[in-house]
Amino acid sequence: MAEAAAVGAESLSSGQARAARAVLGQLVLPGEELLLPEHEDAEGPGGAGERPLRLSPAPRSRVRVVCGPGLRRCGERLLVTKCGRLRHKEPGGGGGGVYWVDSQQKRYVPVKGDHVIGIVTAKSGDTFKVDVGGSEPASLSYLAFEGATKRNRPNVQVGDLIYGQFVVANKDMEPEMVCIDSCGRANGMGVIGQDGLLFKVTLGLIRKLLAPDCEIIQEVGKLYPLEIVFGMNGRIWVKAKTIQQTLILANIFEACEHMTTEQRRQIFSRLAES
Amino acid sequence: MKETPLSNCERRFLLRAIEEKKRLDGRQTYDYRSIRISFGTDYGCCIVELGKTRVLGQVSCELVSPKLNRATEGILFFNLELSQMAAPAFEPSRQSDLLVKLNRLLERCLRNSKCIDTESLCVVAGEKVWQIRVDLHLLNHDGNIIDAASIAAIVALCHFRRPDVSVQGNEVTLYTPEERDPVPLSIHHMPICASFAFFQQGTYLLVDPNEREERVMDGLLVIAMNKHREICTIQSSGGIMLLKDQVLRCTKIAGVKVAEITELIQKALENDRKVRKEGGKCGFAESIANQRITAFKMEKAPIDTSDVGEKAEEIIAEAEPPSEVVCNPVLRTPGTAQVGEGIENSWGDLGDSEKEDEDGDSDEAAVLDGLKMDTGIEISNHGNQDAPIVLSDSEEEEMIILDPDKYMKKVRTQTISTKQAAVPSKRPTKKRKKKRAVD
Repeated sequence: MAEAAAVGAESLSSGQARAARAVLGQLVLPGEELLLPEHEDAEGPGGAGERPLRLSPAPRSRVRVVCGPGLRRCGERLLVTKCGRLRHKEPGGGGGGVYWVDSQQKRYVPVKGDHVIGIVTAKSGDTFKVDVGGSEPASLSYLAFEGATKRNRPNVQVGDLIYGQFVVANKDMEPEMVCIDSCGRANGMGVIGQDGLLFKVTLGLIRKLLAPDCEIIQEVGKLYPLEIVFGMNGRIWVKAKTIQQTLILANIFEACEHMTTEQRRQIFSRLAES
Repeated sequence: MKETPLSNCERRFLLRAIEEKKRLDGRQTYDYRSIRISFGTDYGCCIVELGKTRVLGQVSCELVSPKLNRATEGILFFNLELSQMAAPAFEPSRQSDLLVKLNRLLERCLRNSKCIDTESLCVVAGEKVWQIRVDLHLLNHDGNIIDAASIAAIVALCHFRRPDVSVQGNEVTLYTPEERDPVPLSIHHMPICASFAFFQQGTYLLVDPNEREERVMDGLLVIAMNKHREICTIQSSGGIMLLKDQVLRCTKIAGVKVAEITELIQKALENDRKVRKEGGKCGFAESIANQRITAFKMEKAPIDTSDVGEKAEEIIAEAEPPSEVVCNPVLRTPGTAQVGEGIENSWGDLGDSEKEDEDGDSDEAAVLDGLKMDTGIEISNHGNQDAPIVLSDSEEEEMIILDPDKYMKKVRTQTISTKQAAVPSKRPTKKRKKKRAVD
């Protein structure tokens, strides 16, 4: 951490943009500028002064780069807007892939396509108001459930938990959720059962848990049989056979935030024995 | 912002857990969360943490004229504030019911119990008395504000020292801390609140409810007591009917808890006194442990810090003496000035290129000379267009696009197409998110 911070401070003080490739997995700070690989040669360290002046942009092969959370486009560079570690995903075929900043936060900002857990706060006309932890409640049409028609309304009460997906999420409009996919199937979404416990963790932990081969999930699965739902808004719903087991699971997930892999393995082995 | 609503399933789960004598954080029915008391560098400033609930207490004093009907008594003033930082649901500048209730309870607990000798706060009868003001700020809300606030108030009052005064004839002299040691307030006893939450019409009882437990409780009983087991205040809210036995049992529990807390407070005060006497470091900055932020951290790089101090001194000793310090302010451009040594003011440069070409030229030329650029002066003359390569500090300069129309279109198409590209790639991962029933 100290090393990364030192690098960050150095680059900020010199005011020079670093190459995005060079800082992958390292700490970046808001306000920092990053160079994309195709500009590195021209504008890289040292070369900044000697570049000949051009009146029009040179015919350069444009590579498509996706700018993920925590980054913003700034001319031909990337501007960092969040503090965290820079990540990159190689593209499937051609292009520059996806860059994003893996940051640690608790406040959720709705993103289109995210699967979240919401709490129904009101029924108004033909929509439900759902609290998702964002700055304003999302709306959910009663027709956006599998098999729902004008006559056949879904049975949703105020206070119920909803697992759904955002179809509209931008800064100017009220976010909108649905509980069906594009084929009209529920696909696991809908009202979550009446039992179980809902709790909140940080958004970083949720992303870690949802990673394709997350160790924590596999280890937890060996402990007890359980049902679990992760919302990208930091909410986790968990249900095990007994109250005691559910409480243990909830506490494990909350503690995972601050545990190293070693500590976690110790705790799991201790739990498995008892 | 609105409060996050409590879902039905949480409510049901909490009540069922309470029936099974289990709590979310693994505590027993009569357990308090861990209490931590830390002091600021000044007297009369403390932070009390009760689990994740956190209250800052600050005491201040002032010489004022007394109330007419109480000419020989000092004035005590309590104020609790619920800042929005504690929980997004608290609205600033609005006296909520909760806030009024808490403030009233605090006053009853601390002022009406006469725990502070107000007569000793009198300087000249009928003319000058001390007004002691206790400000409490809730920094984080995780339930049971009143217990944390009452502890913070009494700790801050115990820790506080007022300046010494002397009266000679009609003359009142106020001594600074350097002239005479400030004097502590005289405190008769320490009233501390203990909260009891009742569930299912009083069937179940929990001590020190946290935020979620407070939201499902039916009623609350607050007992303020001192370590001599004298009840200072008792308040029941929520409209539940309590039996005589229940109240008696609660007072017994409160007696035990208050004794424990009082002991803890005295230990904390004693520690602080010792540290101050020895001239050690005190204050919030010292008492904050190196907290773990998260497990997503980088591996630590081994750094040898054994002789850092010597090395630093060596460097200082070897370094050249600082260049001459300019005592008079230097006017670079109108509206900016520079005093002393240091880096040249870069704010001035920015203004230059926009407002005054002549001044700007000389300044920028100097910069360019440093870089040994031949084309330098030309560039700086019609600064804004080509400058970004040389003077890459200014954001404005970078935003100039040479071929705006074309460029903008490209930008737009690019962003749209990237979104489309992003969607299908996410799809396979989505299926995984829902309900893994693992056996």
